[in-house]
Amino acid sequence: MTSLPTSPTEKRLGLVIDLDTCVGCQACVVNCKEWNTGGYPAPLSDIDPYGANPTGAWLNRVHAFEVEPDVGSPQVVHFPKSCLHCQDAACVTVCPTGASYKRESDGIVLVDEDRCMGCGLCAWACPYGAREMDPGVGVMKKCTLCVDRIYNETIAEEERLPACVRTCPAKARHFGDLADPSSDVSRLVAERGGMDLMPEMGYRPTNQYLPPRARREGCSSQPAKALETANPEGGFLAWLDRILSD
Amino acid sequence: MHPAPSVIAFTSLSGAGYGLLFLLSLGSLLRFSWADDRVVMGVGLAIALGFIAFGLLASTRHLRRPERARYAFSQWRSSWLSREGVLAVATFLPAGLLFLSLPLLGSSGWFTLLCALLAGVGSVATVFATAMIYASLKPIRQWHHPKVPLVYMLMGLASGAAMLAALLSFAVGGSWASFIAALILLAAWVLKRLYWNDIDTMKPFSTMESATGLGRIGKVKLLEPPHTGENYLLSEMGYRVARKHAAKLRLLAQAIALFAVVLLVIAGLIGSGWGQLIFAFPAAVMALASIAVERWLFFAEAKHSVTLYYGKAA
Repeated sequence: MTSLPTSPTEKRLGLVIDLDTCVGCQACVVNCKEWNTGGYPAPLSDIDPYGANPTGAWLNRVHAFEVEPDVGSPQVVHFPKSCLHCQDAACVTVCPTGASYKRESDGIVLVDEDRCMGCGLCAWACPYGAREMDPGVGVMKKCTLCVDRIYNETIAEEERLPACVRTCPAKARHFGDLADPSSDVSRLVAERGGMDLMPEMGYRPTNQYLPPRARREGCSSQPAKALETANPEGGFLAWLDRILSD
Repeated sequence: MHPAPSVIAFTSLSGAGYGLLFLLSLGSLLRFSWADDRVVMGVGLAIALGFIAFGLLASTRHLRRPERARYAFSQWRSSWLSREGVLAVATFLPAGLLFLSLPLLGSSGWFTLLCALLAGVGSVATVFATAMIYASLKPIRQWHHPKVPLVYMLMGLASGAAMLAALLSFAVGGSWASFIAALILLAAWVLKRLYWNDIDTMKPFSTMESATGLGRIGKVKLLEPPHTGENYLLSEMGYRVARKHAAKLRLLAQAIALFAVVLLVIAGLIGSGWGQLIFAFPAAVMALASIAVERWLFFAEAKHSVTLYYGKAA
């Protein structure tokens, strides 16, 4: 049923992404692809993967932006983006077949791949571009929050995290229950001023983004020491300059 | 948004079919004299149902897994696409029965009138649901607009009216039908111009600053996209080719529509017979052509908020 859960979900599992510490290494992108092409939504196919024009479905992508403040120097922000498992997920309600659904127990948004007819309407309904059509099998693919890892008792306990979180070398991705105010992720969001993306759309995303920390005072306004002049006057350097210039 | 031919054919042809079906049903209900004409009603219903069926079949070309289309009738509680499917199929029943009952029961029986009522209401509801598939999508501001359902319904009605005018060339009341069709087509295009004015002057819902949450620091621009090749998001939602020629295409569509209006007026002045048909038939074709261009622009000019993450204004 593609109606959303009527009451808030028991848990709200999601990611907290730290834009301050993400270094843009793309490890989460690669590990996401690797896990999901072998796991629950497999295959996650590519067309012409080793050819001149490779395309394919990926569930997590890292953009890079430059932000220019009114005062001070511009800064680079690496920006990972995957499904935000919204509370008001229009991708679920627009689905005509019942393939898209949001779980009442933990709020994860999933696609039943045996029911999806590949109309693409859910991808249109997502303001964030979190859903991609699988070019090989013709059904919609999206982040599952690694539902086949986080509850998986056949893998070691420390592995029971979304692949992107487990692999991040900068610890820029955190996973937990955002409905529980005492969880690590909720405390992190409160401490660092976590934010919704495109709040004006009203989708109430579960995933939160931690803004880059403020630059240290004076760090960017302090001018670098000038280089020495290339035309020295007087002394040994001036003599050397004159000899070598001739 | 990518203007897929299957979806343009679906919305414009089924819209015209439902417009004609609505007018034929209305004629039956209001007991117009031409509604007693079995040839007009029989041919008209056959054309209307043919357009609707062709449009619906075209829409399944848009599906990657059409063999699962039957599931699409299940989620009418939440999905406008599902509602559209249910209403479209449901409307076939009274429309088909109307087609069968007319020669058997005549145009004045209560059963015929009931079928006409249900077919008429079903036509309006189906076109409204078609438009709401698009109008309900917040990420596309050009679609999430109150005039979108009105334009869809008026354009469907206008193309249906032009077809009816051609059909009535040899029946009583043909000249009125031509004048009314001209008026409806003109009204539809006036509304479309108001809609264009709205979307050209409206402020975007979202910006790169709100999409990234980085607006609190400063002005945001894309430094590096996440992938070097094409992807589904860009080919489906980053379509830009038609925007380049949007102004010219808008003029072209309006010129075709205006020509159709002139032809309909001439057809009305001629009154009836072959003379009317010679003008009313091309008018119906041109009304449809103008709507096809309008529908193409409806997709091509629509910008999805995901393009903000790729450094394009939405």
